Amino acid sequence: MATFEPTPLTQAPLLAVYRAMLQSRLMDERLVSLQRQGRIGFYGTGMGQEATCIASAFALRPTDWLFPGLRENAAMLLRGYPLVPYLAQLFGNSGDEAKGRQMPAHQFSRRVNQVSWSSCIGTQLPQAVGAAWAARRKGHDTVVLACLGDGATSTGDFHAAMNFAGVLQAPAVFLCQNNHWSISLHISQQTKSETLALKASAYGFPGVRVDGNDAEAVYAATSAAVARARAGAGPSFIEAVTYRVGPHSSSDDPTLYQDAQEVEAWRAKDPLERLRARLIERAAWDTARDEALRAELLSELNAALLEAEALPPVPPESLFDDVYAEEPWHLAEQRREFLRAPRGTTD
Amino acid sequence: MPLLSLVQAVNDALRLEMRRNPDVVVLGEDVGRLGGVFRATAGLQEEFGPGRVVDTPLSEGGIIGAAIGMALYGLKPVPEIQFADFLFPAVDQLVNELAKLRYRSGGQYTAPMVIRAPYGGGVKGGLYHSQSPEALFIHTAGLKVVVPSTPYDAKGLLLAALRQPDPILFFEPKRLYRSLKQEVPEGDYTLELGRAQVIRSGQALTVIAWGAMLHEAMTAADQAQALGIGCELIDLRTLWPLDIDCVQESVRKTGRALIVHEAPRTCGLGAELAALIQERCFLSLEAPVRRVTGWDTPFPYALEKDYLPRAPRILQGIQETVAFQA
Repeated sequence: MATFEPTPLTQAPLLAVYRAMLQSRLMDERLVSLQRQGRIGFYGTGMGQEATCIASAFALRPTDWLFPGLRENAAMLLRGYPLVPYLAQLFGNSGDEAKGRQMPAHQFSRRVNQVSWSSCIGTQLPQAVGAAWAARRKGHDTVVLACLGDGATSTGDFHAAMNFAGVLQAPAVFLCQNNHWSISLHISQQTKSETLALKASAYGFPGVRVDGNDAEAVYAATSAAVARARAGAGPSFIEAVTYRVGPHSSSDDPTLYQDAQEVEAWRAKDPLERLRARLIERAAWDTARDEALRAELLSELNAALLEAEALPPVPPESLFDDVYAEEPWHLAEQRREFLRAPRGTTD
Repeated sequence: MPLLSLVQAVNDALRLEMRRNPDVVVLGEDVGRLGGVFRATAGLQEEFGPGRVVDTPLSEGGIIGAAIGMALYGLKPVPEIQFADFLFPAVDQLVNELAKLRYRSGGQYTAPMVIRAPYGGGVKGGLYHSQSPEALFIHTAGLKVVVPSTPYDAKGLLLAALRQPDPILFFEPKRLYRSLKQEVPEGDYTLELGRAQVIRSGQALTVIAWGAMLHEAMTAADQAQALGIGCELIDLRTLWPLDIDCVQESVRKTGRALIVHEAPRTCGLGAELAALIQERCFLSLEAPVRRVTGWDTPFPYALEKDYLPRAPRILQGIQETVAFQA
């Protein structure tokens, strides 16, 4: 089996990764408080997992596709997606590409080849394999990055996707964020496999385990896997070991099940702090520049939030759009009925 | 014109469309080298190669999931599910993913495909090779459901379905695969989806059926004719979105309606048809809308002939509906 070497990250790109990680962190902090204020309905953070999300996406070309899970949305921003529509999605208003049809934190766009994740765990995996296979069928050198969490490795779709990927030699890279938790279930109860990475060998392709809180390690593993897929050598699986230091989502209280000491131990391994310290150590960065960047990102974020929140709501009648390519008679009738019906104002 | 069976007509449509559109890809269990367990894809892999006729591993969820990804990327996948009963392992991908893609992406992402599956009973298939699961998919916004009842229709409807921008479930009545042959044009032709066909006109009542049941209903209608009862027989062809104008026009004329389907009665498409008819034709109705259907039991093996609607039971339904006096 040929080996594919990772591309080393030079200083300038590493700073771009750091910037995107910091942006993701600041955004998560801000959006959690927005959810608590009731300005958005739901939120799930990627806090403490930024290295995996951002550094893996950095290994992709613009033509590559990304199928995210809940904690990889911010990869879009790194790949050039504008902040305002990204935030508008949280408000489900007319600035949201999905026209307010999904819960918050389901961003996607064709502009950056990112597909929306779905609440049904694991469903994106066979889809990602199909897209990867189609790319090869069309003679493109596109690679598909399929993101998942540790919980998804228990689903039937995971098995189907891994098996299809191996059999079809699809140019897919499975990036599993093992953050130790699927809501309240610890990884030790999710699987008795010693590692998630070793599952790949059962499907006939390589699986590697990396420190998911080390941006450089994640990038190295992903770039090697992407090179392998692009060369037509088939799929790979990456287990990025990290930790969910926040709640599963805004609806969750992790104090009911997480061990505070374990959480604290992982907080000490914060990927953002680690990368910052490393950059400063290499004299590529300093605290003054860091504060300036933080201030710049925050003001950009606040301005974009104000702009996104102020966008007009989606028109009620749009409820009936996009079910089919053309509106069938029964939806046309229901649309007319809806327009005639009284609309409640009791809530 | 060649005489083709329904399964040969399906094969013919697939072959023509694969020649016309290089993005069409057939995938499924045993579809390649074997040509499908019913031979619907026979010869396709020889002509188009294993890159376009893909023998997949044994996983319906994997097949539909992968097909969604292929369609997202711009191919036109035609997954075959070996038996409609085996759609259930893929329901998450069908109902939660495929059907909602266009809607939840605000029209940005679509996954047009035609999912072919042999359905229905009468071939000693037992519990798991006989079911008619159309109602579940009709109940799912975003999907379309088509059922041919003849070789000619199978080819024309399948060619039309393959050129549609929406995901379509194409249910093939397996009992008819080889039981009847018909002259089928060699070239390309399509039958508009969403259009029913009035198979015969009559004044006494409207009988609505599809798939294999259409032929049972036809036998019953012949027997009724001999008794002086003229049935108007409608082949629905597209189950959803169905041809409401055709149904409505016919029932307003006859004042009576009978629906025949293999699927269990409760919440079957017959229930929706009955509701639509009473909403639209209330003042024309001379009798309750009646359903002759499969029973609300799992599909049996030894007693399948007692389960399936057959001409005598349909004739009884016709006679009682016509005899009804308020």
